[in-house]
Amino acid sequence: MNRPAVAAQARAELLLLVRRGENLIVTMLIPLGVLVFFTRLDAVDTDGRPLEFLVPGVLALAVMATAMVSLGIATGYERRYGVLKRLGSTPLGRPGVLAAKTLTVLGIEVLQAVLILGAATLLGWRIPGGGIVVAIPLIAAGTVAVAGIGLLMAGTLRAEATLGLANGLFLVLLFLGGMAYPLERLPRALESLATLLPAAALSTSLRSALDPGTGWSVSAVVVLVVWAVAAPLAAARRFRWEE
Amino acid sequence: MHAPQPGGPAIEVRDLRKRYGALEAVRHLDLTVDRGEVVGLLGPNGAGKTTTVEILEGYRRPDGGSVRVLGLDPVDDGRELRPRIGVMLQDGGLHPGLRVAEVLRCFAAFYPDPEDPSALLERLGLVELRRRFVRRLSGGQRQRLSLACALVGRPEVLFLDEPTAGMDPRARTNTWDLVRDLRSAGVTVVLTTHDMVEAERLCDRVVILDRGTAVAEGSPAALRSALSGDLLRFRSSAAIDTAALAAALDLPPEAVAEERPGEYRVQGPTGAALVAGLAGWLADKGFDLLGISTGHATLEDVFLRLTAEDGEAGPRP
Repeated sequence: MNRPAVAAQARAELLLLVRRGENLIVTMLIPLGVLVFFTRLDAVDTDGRPLEFLVPGVLALAVMATAMVSLGIATGYERRYGVLKRLGSTPLGRPGVLAAKTLTVLGIEVLQAVLILGAATLLGWRIPGGGIVVAIPLIAAGTVAVAGIGLLMAGTLRAEATLGLANGLFLVLLFLGGMAYPLERLPRALESLATLLPAAALSTSLRSALDPGTGWSVSAVVVLVVWAVAAPLAAARRFRWEE
Repeated sequence: MHAPQPGGPAIEVRDLRKRYGALEAVRHLDLTVDRGEVVGLLGPNGAGKTTTVEILEGYRRPDGGSVRVLGLDPVDDGRELRPRIGVMLQDGGLHPGLRVAEVLRCFAAFYPDPEDPSALLERLGLVELRRRFVRRLSGGQRQRLSLACALVGRPEVLFLDEPTAGMDPRARTNTWDLVRDLRSAGVTVVLTTHDMVEAERLCDRVVILDRGTAVAEGSPAALRSALSGDLLRFRSSAAIDTAALAAALDLPPEAVAEERPGEYRVQGPTGAALVAGLAGWLADKGFDLLGISTGHATLEDVFLRLTAEDGEAGPRP
């Protein structure tokens, strides 16, 4: 791997993300807003421990915002502008483009984690030391899963369609993701559907990792892993570098 | 690993074929480009110019035939080849959300031994625009930045797909000067163009493509004389018998053609004898000679004749 090339490209991508205000709203403001608003509201039945419920959900929401919405839309437009094509004939190459995008997503996610965990601490949450270690591979799997969905859209649809669909999917997964309120609040049929989606699988698994009081759901972990394998595979098969 | 011959050609294409569904984009194309040569691919839209160039750049795998650039396979040896080539795509590929200097610095970082981005911006007249966003550039300015990105890695082979499309006349002339400088420095250049003046001024050799295959090849001068020869134009009455005139002038029947009513062209060695023969024949038949001029055929004459749809726009026998 051409490391200086990947670093330069990742730097350019971060610059572009920071310049896009709507991107900062989705990746930073919405997760933080959900965390603060629902903690203050204490609207859902969380046994008086709203942060134990909300922090894992908001982390899952942040992963979706970055790895699906932001990555998908940015990549869709890069494909539209011919940027992906042009980069393909430089020494950076297609693997380098992918590596730069991975670095960019990681960079944004680290920043999100710092902000979310920092805000939660200010609100009175206590960081479970061991839980964080278990959460990291789960977040990685969730990132790979929803990045696969984002790239599948970006590499097959027109840029405008990716923009609309990614935002729509973000809302659906927020509502059906067990993030701001428990899945059990959903009607039965919706709840069954929700448990098969990557968002709920990630938020449920993260809750098990971060809150010792919550037991593990094997099916949630299995669903997460299946998405983490299937979505990138589908993206790799269907992705077209030129619109 | 195939060791490329230092003296071998920069590009070798043998029997290249590429098809998109029912469309044969490239059919049995042969092409050799020597190091330091500037070769132009000329042809109407859909002739296969861009497809050919994009196969050489490693974007597409050919359906048949062999392709070598600097002795390497553009797809299989892409990692080794890409640092040594420069690419300018037909439409940009630069991110509109970055500034001019940011784009060029980023591209410079891709290459092992890049040119100084500031010096390159200077050379392409982009210094005052260095802080401007790509989305605010005019078409011609964008083309210049695109050229800068193609050059920043000090390529041995440069691919330019319609490099001066959208440039104003001054930028176009500057770009031609730049390409000539590159040739002097030993860079091999393959360019596609619609612009006959560009082909004539810039190219050591021109390959005319039509419907996916090469229909003519040679230096612009050789193409002009070999395919059209010298040209004489005259005006007289409409609808004179061109075949009879050609016979009288000892030329093949297709050498004389009525381009517009009353306007004729004669392809043949121009000289006093041809003029005298023409004037005599017209006088014999009672036609007036209203005007006469001689000159070389332009590359455009050659091009239009070779690529005319079923000879429709070309001279009729």
